Amino acid sequence: MNFLEVKNCVKHYGAIRAVDGVSFAVGAGEIVGVIGPNGSGKTTLFNSILGQIRPTSGRVEFCGEDVTGLSPLELSRRGVGRTFQSLQVFGKLSVRDNLIVAAQEFKGTLHGRLLAAPDAGLGRHADEMIELFRLERVAQLPAGSLSYGQQKLIDIAMAFMPAPRLVLLDEPCAGVNPGLVDQLRELLLELNRLQGGSFVVIEHNMDFIMRLCPHVICMVEGRVLAEGEPETVQSNPAVLEAYLGK
Amino acid sequence: MALVALALAPLGLKNYGIYLLTLWCVYVMAGMGLNLTVGYAGQMSIGHAAFLGIGAYTAAILMKLGVPFGFVLPVAALNCFLVGLALGFPALRVQHHYLAFATLGFNVLVFLFIRNEEWLTGGTFGIAGIQRPKLFSFSLDSSLSFYYFVLVSTILLAFVLWWIVRSPWGRAFAALRDNPIRAESLGVNIMAYTLLAFAIGAAFAGIAGCYFTALVQFIEPGPFHVTTSLMMLLMVIVGGSGKFFGPMLGAAIVILLPEWLRFMKDWYLVVFGLSVVCLMVWLPGGLLSLQDRFFRKA
Ligand SMILES: Nc1ncnc2c1ncn2[C@@H]1O[C@H](COP(=O)(O)OP(=O)(O)OP(=O)(O)O)[C@@H](O)[C@H]1O
Ligand SMILES: [Mg+2]
Repeated sequence: MNFLEVKNCVKHYGAIRAVDGVSFAVGAGEIVGVIGPNGSGKTTLFNSILGQIRPTSGRVEFCGEDVTGLSPLELSRRGVGRTFQSLQVFGKLSVRDNLIVAAQEFKGTLHGRLLAAPDAGLGRHADEMIELFRLERVAQLPAGSLSYGQQKLIDIAMAFMPAPRLVLLDEPCAGVNPGLVDQLRELLLELNRLQGGSFVVIEHNMDFIMRLCPHVICMVEGRVLAEGEPETVQSNPAVLEAYLGK
Repeated sequence: MALVALALAPLGLKNYGIYLLTLWCVYVMAGMGLNLTVGYAGQMSIGHAAFLGIGAYTAAILMKLGVPFGFVLPVAALNCFLVGLALGFPALRVQHHYLAFATLGFNVLVFLFIRNEEWLTGGTFGIAGIQRPKLFSFSLDSSLSFYYFVLVSTILLAFVLWWIVRSPWGRAFAALRDNPIRAESLGVNIMAYTLLAFAIGAAFAGIAGCYFTALVQFIEPGPFHVTTSLMMLLMVIVGGSGKFFGPMLGAAIVILLPEWLRFMKDWYLVVFGLSVVCLMVWLPGGLLSLQDRFFRKA
């Protein structure tokens, strides 16, 4: 049984066919890359899977269950995490609080959390994540006051705090310097090993995708143009033409 | 230290001074609630005086019937909690200035209700002759003993707020304020927390309303007009919205400054208005953000 299965997903905005019949599957613990030129519908595909927008048609199955059209909240409760293409941190909260709030709602009941310890019993877990992402020096500072790269790391670390079974990452490397890109790849591989979740990663950085994902999907104009091992996809003439403009 | 100051404050004052201090406590209670809704949870409300009114009238009507104050308080708080919950629903659909107008409309509605429904609220004549509550058999008729009663209640309520904002709820409210979409993707039930932010804020104002009734012993619709809502919002923002002690400072300024500036007669509003404008331009985070500024530099 596939972990995540997207069947013929379609999202039209009026005449714009943002996503035009995409099907793919992700196995348990697998890392799948999604590439494609700007405006090819990658983010729209993510948003359709994650309930951020309602797909025009198609079906999304998670662990054999139909989850099409569930709200982002319901999906997060089922263990589906994500990051957004733009930075999304809680600016006024400290880095540590950002990480704690990312996981606290999965513990206990709503009224139980009013009576719980201030750190909801997640302080140690947050500190481990801070160490893993090497954010110790800034852990107590408001997240909004940090550099773009640091905030990007927080954003990603937050998605992993509740140990989701599936994580969809939208351009984790955007705006991140080359040194950090390598660190990020190591981190994702480490998290994949530690938590065992499946990842789907949208990324324009080819080198990053090549070395992270054993399986790659290339989207063009809302459709899957090619799919397979990264080398095969990268050397596919149609992909080269559409994506790299060669 | 501040507590000692508050305990000693009324000793040198005449009755009017003690009245002002007690009124300050009442506004602090209501302001703390509004601070939760606006400052901590990032919602917008120009209707907070309506809850003060609902609390005050609930208290007045029940106390006239001879219901003891200790029973009136939870009834008024629950009453406001439920109405606040209902007011939270528009906030699930609209934000910012739209929400501001929705809450303002709500305030007008409540104001008209208490002014027109004479059979229940006495209309423009109000409700007079309300007895001060007793603490067990101890009389609170003197302004000084009543002040201490209200002060202790305010401190208890401040403790409740402190508990809420330092619990995981406080963090969830902040997440809702800073980025609701991200919060939802991390399992934060933004619907529940939005409604709670309004309902708890309203309950605080409802409790404040009970003390208001007991303080003035005569209520009429005037104090629950939209103007008061604006004043309370000003209190929260001037003090420092989302800062624990913001409403305390804000209420002091909004209540005491007009008294001190009274010698200027009609000019006081101009001075008051101008100082608020300057404050908002140079210190948009409110007076308590001065503290952060100094710490940053040090
Ligand atoms: N809300 C919307 N309304 C109308 N059109 C939209 C909307 N969202 C996306 N689109 C269109 O859908 C298409 C796909 O956009 P999408 O953001 O999914 O691309 P993308 O592959 O993520 O691109 P990028 O690599 O630049 O992030 C674009 O043509 C875009 O203009
Ligand atoms: Mg995109």
